[in-house]
Amino acid sequence: MSVVKHHVTIKGVKDGLVFILDDTCRLTDVLQELQHKLEKTHQRILSGPVVGVTIKLGTRRLNQAEKDQISELIMKRGNLKIHAFESEAAEPMLPLPALPDGIKILTGMVRSGQTVRHEGDLLLLGDINPGGSVLCTGDIYIMGSLRGMAHAGSDGNEQSVIAASHMRPTQLRIAGVYSRPPDEWGIDEAFMEFAYIKNGMMEIDKIHQIQRIRPDLGKD
Amino acid sequence: MGEAIVITSGKGGVGKTTTSANLGTALALQGKKVCMVDTDIGLRNLDVVMGLENRIVYDLVDVAHGRCRLNQALIKDKRFEDLHLLPAAQTKDKDAVTPDTIRNIVLELKKEFEFVIIDCPAGIEQGFKNAVAGADKAIVVTTPENAAVRDADRIIGLLEKEQQIESPKLVINRIKASMIKKGEMLDIDEICSVLAIDLLGVVPDDELVIKAANSGEPTVMNPASRAALAYRNIARRIMGDTVPLMALEEKPSFFKKMKQFFGVG
Repeated sequence: MSVVKHHVTIKGVKDGLVFILDDTCRLTDVLQELQHKLEKTHQRILSGPVVGVTIKLGTRRLNQAEKDQISELIMKRGNLKIHAFESEAAEPMLPLPALPDGIKILTGMVRSGQTVRHEGDLLLLGDINPGGSVLCTGDIYIMGSLRGMAHAGSDGNEQSVIAASHMRPTQLRIAGVYSRPPDEWGIDEAFMEFAYIKNGMMEIDKIHQIQRIRPDLGKD
Repeated sequence: MGEAIVITSGKGGVGKTTTSANLGTALALQGKKVCMVDTDIGLRNLDVVMGLENRIVYDLVDVAHGRCRLNQALIKDKRFEDLHLLPAAQTKDKDAVTPDTIRNIVLELKKEFEFVIIDCPAGIEQGFKNAVAGADKAIVVTTPENAAVRDADRIIGLLEKEQQIESPKLVINRIKASMIKKGEMLDIDEICSVLAIDLLGVVPDDELVIKAANSGEPTVMNPASRAALAYRNIARRIMGDTVPLMALEEKPSFFKKMKQFFGVG
């Protein structure tokens, strides 16, 4: 039973229409749904005399090219005219570096017998217990204990990393490289470390080394 | 309306039935109206541990199939007026009942009893699904062994999917203080940090438990047993009292102290 979450909500107001675009998903998803709604499902509301449109972006920030993309989609209808883009991104205290597009945040325990799969990068706030597994096509970051199995870069990306506050995995996999850390590394457990592939072998290092070893990480 | 508590573990042989029998008895000892339900159809044990085997006429499957009324199948305990047992069938298997029928039976029992203790079979298949169907709360029993903890973790994962059950509580059974001290056994903190659920109690390993089970007399009746005290404490915690965890280590006897003093111990 899954609830389909709408990325695009269209509302009528006194002076026209308001398009509310979800700010928690990827922009491509929003554009896709916008196009679908404009062309397929919302014919009745969207035809008729010329209507002014306000685009609410939530906390998402767009550059000019991205705004143009949205405008173009909406202008195609002919009778829709964009008034303004409204952004709630009020006053961020610091200019935060944007999270890489598509990182997924998950909370909770991954218990024995449970599997979490994700396309892209994953941030898990919780533990992975022995017998539990997490598979991602991108990187895996765990704020908690990794006691089970983690597989990063599951479709072959050897640049992927697995980082955890507490590393005591039964097995680690990155792309096609498998490792049984306690046996192979001669340590029982590690704190604040990450695993990566170097010359086809899995290595482990302190997290503060991550920007030296994977300088491109987190940059689009 | 009473509450139904399922006692489960995943792994076999960690002490589900012993825990059920002792908690049921301990609650009755506190003056509560208690009914124990054995859902381990085909491998019933609770009646043996309670020493009530020879009183069984009808069982759970008979009730489920309408061959008798619920009241006819309930066996009154020989020690307590307000303690009853609904035994499992020994001749059928776990598919003889469905989660829905168990849910109805438990619902019926909750009207009459303050606590319904459901003894769950080992495993995660049909028997488990039957046992948890009517429960409001769950107690997960484990022992300080990796295999038991692993299975407990699996069971907790499954229990968390059951909407009507509150977050499960943990009982760690058969703790040996001496082994933990030497670092040969998983310690309590380690188990709790892996399973990440509330600890309800810790039961020390005690030979008297086996002796008691064989004589059909729950340990909790024997005040000399350390496990009995642990079970009584757990029962009080179920009733909402705050009871500190008891010290695990046995106090050395006077004789032992003397031996240590003279350096021969």
